[in-house]
Amino acid sequence: MMKVLIIDDEPLARNVIKEYLKPYKDLEVVGECNDGFEGIKAIQEFQPDLIFLDIQMPRINGFEMLELVENKPRVIFTTAYEEYAIKAFDLHAIDYLLKPFDKNRFDKAIEKTRQQQSSAEKETFLQSIHLPAQMHRIVVKDGNKIRIIPLSQIFYIEAADDYVKIFTQSESFLKKQTMAYFEENLQQNQFARVHRSYLVNTQTVTRIDPYEKDGHLVLLTNGKKIPVSKSGYKKLKEMLGL
Amino acid sequence: MRFLLWQIFKSDEGYLHMLKISSPLRFSIAFLLIGSMAMMSMAWYSEKEKSQLENRKKEAEKMFREAELRTLRNQLQPHFLFNALNSISALIISEPENARSMIQQLSDFLRGSMHKDDTQLNTLKEEIDYLQLYLNIEKVRFGHRLETKIIVEDETLLSLKIPNLLLQPLMENAIKFGLYDTLDKVCISLQAAIKGNILEISITNPFDPETALPLKGTGFGLSSVRKRLALIYGRHDLLTTHISDQNFTTLLSLPQ
Repeated sequence: MMKVLIIDDEPLARNVIKEYLKPYKDLEVVGECNDGFEGIKAIQEFQPDLIFLDIQMPRINGFEMLELVENKPRVIFTTAYEEYAIKAFDLHAIDYLLKPFDKNRFDKAIEKTRQQQSSAEKETFLQSIHLPAQMHRIVVKDGNKIRIIPLSQIFYIEAADDYVKIFTQSESFLKKQTMAYFEENLQQNQFARVHRSYLVNTQTVTRIDPYEKDGHLVLLTNGKKIPVSKSGYKKLKEMLGL
Repeated sequence: MRFLLWQIFKSDEGYLHMLKISSPLRFSIAFLLIGSMAMMSMAWYSEKEKSQLENRKKEAEKMFREAELRTLRNQLQPHFLFNALNSISALIISEPENARSMIQQLSDFLRGSMHKDDTQLNTLKEEIDYLQLYLNIEKVRFGHRLETKIIVEDETLLSLKIPNLLLQPLMENAIKFGLYDTLDKVCISLQAAIKGNILEISITNPFDPETALPLKGTGFGLSSVRKRLALIYGRHDLLTTHISDQNFTTLLSLPQ
């Protein structure tokens, strides 16, 4: 028996999936969720083998929800937005159903799921997500709560093994993600990788001082000092237009 | 010519003498005359060409403006259409009657958005009716989560004229913001009132100032409406946005 979870904020859209699933006796719908928050809880509770996931949902979108899930189930995206397809496959989604989709198309997606079940491709899932739209916030888990942090509130991001530590004025949050991912996605938001371990929001930089041989230190508006490497200094100057 | 004059005035020595010494003067007068005539005709032609060019330019500008209005108006969000079709797909088996009524409303809505003169003014009533078609479709999609209120201060306002298809993109924007920014039920309200000779229409949706998308762009809907207003009224201040507590309001001020 395969456990299936449906996450979509439109009840009728969920009904379509449930109806198409009816003939499959070995697929059991263990739950339905209205949004990503419910989705995260339900995934923890039911440990589904497969989720159908809408992308545009209230508060956090489907991609952001997946980022916060630890044991990621296999995913079939269902959305009216064509432009996310490439990104979804980057995430090793099993399939990407464009609404509205018919039974034939749906059956193909299920077939794909079964094939992938045997070849166990699951582990490579979600190495990095590149959102098609410009990133404007980061979603993190804060204990049991989910926090949405606008980029403007972030001062810097620090590497911490498999995680990164995201610092705001007075708080910090851990997120399982690579520095390279944030460096790439936050470049256009004026974040500079000033050091192997630091990514700085250049909007918060107030001063740059020389420090030891070849190095520099940046002072942020919250008083924090961040080391700057030689190559980091070049990037920083470039971004600040110096 | 000169020879002819010599022959005619052979006897008049004085005239012949005058003819002889005045030739440079006469030549220069003739030259000036011809020169100025040429100048005048050149000026006249270039003026004519200029006015033609101007006309052509005006024509082109007008066409451009019309085309721009048309594209601005036609930018119906395709996702809306696809999601609506998906809802119909869901209803077809379980509630065929509702599926059919949704198809009807969607058709009426689409017809309303096509083949319209861009500068055409409609009554507020017509525009609200059109908006209602859109809202009915969205309510089927989002179920009980979406609630809408339309308050027109005074019945007489319904006969006032406004540019067509202006309210729907604003409403779409409000729904997108309202619904995607909270998990709860959302109430979107539209209020119409008159202030002097300005018809004020405000659309309000709840939002979370902390986490909402950066408000600079505020989506495609607002900027296209703003551009349309500028093209129709030649003013840039007819659409404003206001934030108070947890509410986001778009205010449309239409001179009557």
